[in-house]
Amino acid sequence: MIFGLIISGIIGGVIGGMGMGGGTLLIPLLTELFGINQRLAQGLNLVVFIPMSVVALTIHFKKRLVKTEGIILIVLFGLAFCVLGSFLANKIESDILKRGFGAFLIIISVFQFMRTVKN
Amino acid sequence: MDNCFYLLKKPEKKPFYKIFAGASAGFINGLFGGGGGMIVVPLLTCFLNYEKKVAHATAILIILPISTASGALYSIFGNLSVKIAFPVLIGSVTGGVVGALFLSKTSNKTVGLIFAAVMLFAGVKTLLF
Repeated sequence: MIFGLIISGIIGGVIGGMGMGGGTLLIPLLTELFGINQRLAQGLNLVVFIPMSVVALTIHFKKRLVKTEGIILIVLFGLAFCVLGSFLANKIESDILKRGFGAFLIIISVFQFMRTVKN
Repeated sequence: MDNCFYLLKKPEKKPFYKIFAGASAGFINGLFGGGGGMIVVPLLTCFLNYEKKVAHATAILIILPISTASGALYSIFGNLSVKIAFPVLIGSVTGGVVGALFLSKTSNKTVGLIFAAVMLFAGVKTLLF
């Protein structure tokens, strides 16, 4: 089980390190391969993102790729709505949440495909 | 930088676009514990005229506080445990380093396509099984 968690973390990390919004694959990895509860998997993904993003950000800041001007509004609304989202995630039945996430993945994959092909 | 050929962008609506970007990214982040970045990046490039690289980098800065807040809430609701998080954290930091090294050696297109395919597969499996 611990082994599974580490492996999932590694795979998720590799994908994230390649800049592909990797966290999103960590969740199905945990739920489909290791049978972990959807909500827990989501929570893990959130936590895992934090140290990785701090590291990535220090690099991006050095390269001056981060635009801080004007993002307060974005972040404020993000915070407000993430509270709503988190409440919902806690309230919705686990199975429905999981399938909803599956649908979300499918939608995202289509956009990702279109984005890749466009270039 | 026109990244959305099919949309009419109005500069005076900037605050609205920002609100929409933040709200949708935040909501998805809270609801699904992730994926907010994938929503905010196209919104930044398309509606707010960010350059692609800047959008990707800035998105991380935007999602970081949001993920922290969501993570705190998940923890409060009992949907998160430090004990389980620890091995995943270790794995992901290791993997992250490996991935970053890998990144310079593979083509973006290949990675992008594989990523899309895997997500599609994972999505179908999660949705149906």
